[in-house]
Amino acid sequence: MSQHRVIVVGGGLAGLAAAARVAEAGLPVDLFSLVPVKRSHSVCAQGGINACNEVARQQGYSEYEHFDETIYGGDFLADQHPVLEMANMAPRIIDLLDRMGVPFNRTSEGQRDLRLFGGSLFKRTHFAGATTGQQLLYALDEQVRRGESEGKITKYEFWEFLWPVQHDGRCVGIVAQDMRTMQIRAFRADAVVMATGGCGLVFGKSTNSIICTGAAAARCYQAGVWYANPEMIQVHPTAIPGADKLRLMSESARGEGGRVWVPRKKGDSRPPHDIPEPERWYFLEEKYPAYGNIVPRDIATREIFDVCVNQGMGVDGKNQVYLDLSHMDADYLTRKLGGILEIYEKFVGEDPRHVPMKIFPAVHYSMGGLWTQYVKGSYAPAAPLPKHKSGARPPLGAEPGQGMQPGAPTNMMTNMPGLYAFGEVNFAYHGANRLGANALLSCIFDGVFCGQSVVNFVRDGAPGKAPAAGLPAGPYDQVVQGESDKVARLLSSVSKGAADPATNPYIIGMELGEEMTAACTVVRTGPRLEQCLRKIADFRQRYAAAVLADDAAWSNQALGYARAVGDMIALAEAIAKGALTRCESRGAHYRTDFPERDDARFMKTTVARCDAAGGSSLTLEPIDASLIAPTARTYGKKDDAHGKKDAPKAAMAGVS
Amino acid sequence: MTSPTDNAPHAPRRAATPGRSVIFRILRADGPGGAQRWEEFKVPIPAGANVISCLQWIAANPVTTSGQRTTPVAWDSGCLEEVCGACTMVINGKVRQSCSCLIDEYAPGEGDVITLEPMSKFPVVRDLWVDRSRMFHTLQRIKAWVPIDGTYDLGPGPAERPADQETRYVLSTCMTCGCCLEACPQYKLERDPENFDTAFVGAAALSQARLFNAHKTGRDLKPDRLEALMGPGGVNDCGNAQNCVQVCPKHIPLTESIAAIGRAVTIHAFARFFRG
Repeated sequence: MSQHRVIVVGGGLAGLAAAARVAEAGLPVDLFSLVPVKRSHSVCAQGGINACNEVARQQGYSEYEHFDETIYGGDFLADQHPVLEMANMAPRIIDLLDRMGVPFNRTSEGQRDLRLFGGSLFKRTHFAGATTGQQLLYALDEQVRRGESEGKITKYEFWEFLWPVQHDGRCVGIVAQDMRTMQIRAFRADAVVMATGGCGLVFGKSTNSIICTGAAAARCYQAGVWYANPEMIQVHPTAIPGADKLRLMSESARGEGGRVWVPRKKGDSRPPHDIPEPERWYFLEEKYPAYGNIVPRDIATREIFDVCVNQGMGVDGKNQVYLDLSHMDADYLTRKLGGILEIYEKFVGEDPRHVPMKIFPAVHYSMGGLWTQYVKGSYAPAAPLPKHKSGARPPLGAEPGQGMQPGAPTNMMTNMPGLYAFGEVNFAYHGANRLGANALLSCIFDGVFCGQSVVNFVRDGAPGKAPAAGLPAGPYDQVVQGESDKVARLLSSVSKGAADPATNPYIIGMELGEEMTAACTVVRTGPRLEQCLRKIADFRQRYAAAVLADDAAWSNQALGYARAVGDMIALAEAIAKGALTRCESRGAHYRTDFPERDDARFMKTTVARCDAAGGSSLTLEPIDASLIAPTARTYGKKDDAHGKKDAPKAAMAGVS
Repeated sequence: MTSPTDNAPHAPRRAATPGRSVIFRILRADGPGGAQRWEEFKVPIPAGANVISCLQWIAANPVTTSGQRTTPVAWDSGCLEEVCGACTMVINGKVRQSCSCLIDEYAPGEGDVITLEPMSKFPVVRDLWVDRSRMFHTLQRIKAWVPIDGTYDLGPGPAERPADQETRYVLSTCMTCGCCLEACPQYKLERDPENFDTAFVGAAALSQARLFNAHKTGRDLKPDRLEALMGPGGVNDCGNAQNCVQVCPKHIPLTESIAAIGRAVTIHAFARFFRG
């Protein structure tokens, strides 16, 4: 039995995949999660997972085109080598999930079925109904349960990550708190993998789960880990507005044939089915004849926002547009999209098989995240190639090791040696905008491909000579003390007097979300971002005087939330400052005062470093774009002439 | 074409009064085994409110109807779109997820009352938060996984007919929420983990056994699963009340699963008898 151990923080797809891979290599894993891992936020992913497949391949698609689409979709902000390796490995990841028993939808012959998704003209998205994330999460959860029953993996569920422990310039463990008993203690580890997802709660209401505060990432950032491209926040075009959250309506609704429209006549109050076809404005199909409703998310979101907010053309004069599936066969819809149709039915009370859904954009995903490094693979063209012509022969095959060097210990390691970031919490793959159905892929790719890097680091790197098990207790005790002091400070604030909204952590968190949504989402301007930063400074002051409503020493959820608010404020500041610093428009980041992309100045990674006061200092670091040369990202947009167009052009057909 | 109301999945609703307040009666406890008490909160209801948004409002304004300042109510939640299973509780006497419980439906009038209680078949952690670790323990015991050779690149899995995929998919949407167990007369509260393996496992686990028995590789562990389900606490403890299938939020055919496992256990027992 090895005396080494690895800690994985987060039990979503990335964390479970990492835990399974590391445990399989013979290293014991301690897996920490705020919730039973089966309830992690990956469960919310709906549409599917992208990979080149044999049907698409015979139509001219390739792993290389998937790579090219991802780079173009991300508006040339991602370092290109890791993306190449991910696209190349994607078909093998689908095979692995298939072996684990994921019930992927099947064709009549029993092959894995495919659907169309944003940013591609080929069907290359594998899916399990419209709850693909749930099904993938469960498959990995089952494999980890097996590892648990074999004694290779130990789960710490309802434990909250508080801070990384460092010694001798590397990460040697974590301090965490049991959110039932409230015990705070240190755990030793020879490597720590952060797989803690996104930060939707910074924006108050989003499509994210209640646990996606970004606090774990923010704590690493405040402990010295760099945070890259914080300003790159994806706003998903189609969500159902709600009082507690904004519920996602998957891009697969459009991939399967859903059409987005508003009445051509402003203020038209007729029910949707009384509005004849010529009097409906299918604005995405009109403006983007090639991609139509499946343009990438940032583009669809801006168009919907423009139609509703700038032109006042929203349905019933409100901020909402129709997402219409009612022209399609109801049984087909149930088979392909049942999961999301049920969500709409349950929360809105109307059946989208027969009535167009009313939707509006919502904060959905963070492309930015903890800064990570990698070792380049073997592919090195003499000069970057021009954009790949869709369906053309790829310049290289898909053998492993061309994008990233397999097993290199620093793959997806942060600047803190021994501390890794996998999945949504890193910044590595999606540039300035993530393509639909690439998130599940990047999570599992990190876990499986970079999991091997963790194993190699533990065996061959610094921990090989000095295992964490043998280190002095001092550094651990010190962090435990620091965290216990923070808790004591928060609990001592509990007052039985009258509540004051100014110091109520729930109110501060809500106001922070409203401010971030107003200033830092679809449309941004310099002056508004400066105002936002001033408000964040106010929030910080109010937070310093926060008063809790509960000092219980058992299962104190008010404490957990209040603590996270402070971390969300730190992250919000980096997001707003990143957005202010990036004086251009690229992908999800759109500045009305700088509407063009500026490659000369900003085809660079924003890197935020946290200072002692909790503020960020930013630098722009060069990216490696040595594989594909940047081109304008237009998706074939036609100039807006309100002109009528023929029936929408079907994208290239695949199976079924 | 049909109008929205023709296709509404719910019974026609009583029109909800805008700007109203609703009374929440909540059964609270400070910790495991502690005394339970009722507290009432008057909550203003904005459009689209659900039980979660009301509990969030209470967390920010923890004052009872009698003006008493109290602590925020503890409860378990996650996705808020009825796919993670976390926020299950007993609402107006019926077990369900609280996120999909819309106030307009449950309390359309001014002063209407909604009662919230923790599930009764699991130990309370605090207030509405219960400990369902027994369910995950049971999944280990029945080996609810496909025994693959590892996470390396070993080619595709077995091919599958669409009809089989559709059967497995529905079974695989089980979110381990516990509704079926709360509603089951045979499934009892069990605080002592020592007894987990002899008390009735309930519908969720039986259905998961069926799911993995239906997979070509998963089938290899079928004898182990059936062994675990044929003794005390196994499938024969099912009293056939059929409450489980009525409360399952994912419409999983739980009674079919119980019948399938019942048959498989019988065949397995015979085979074992004749093998000697």
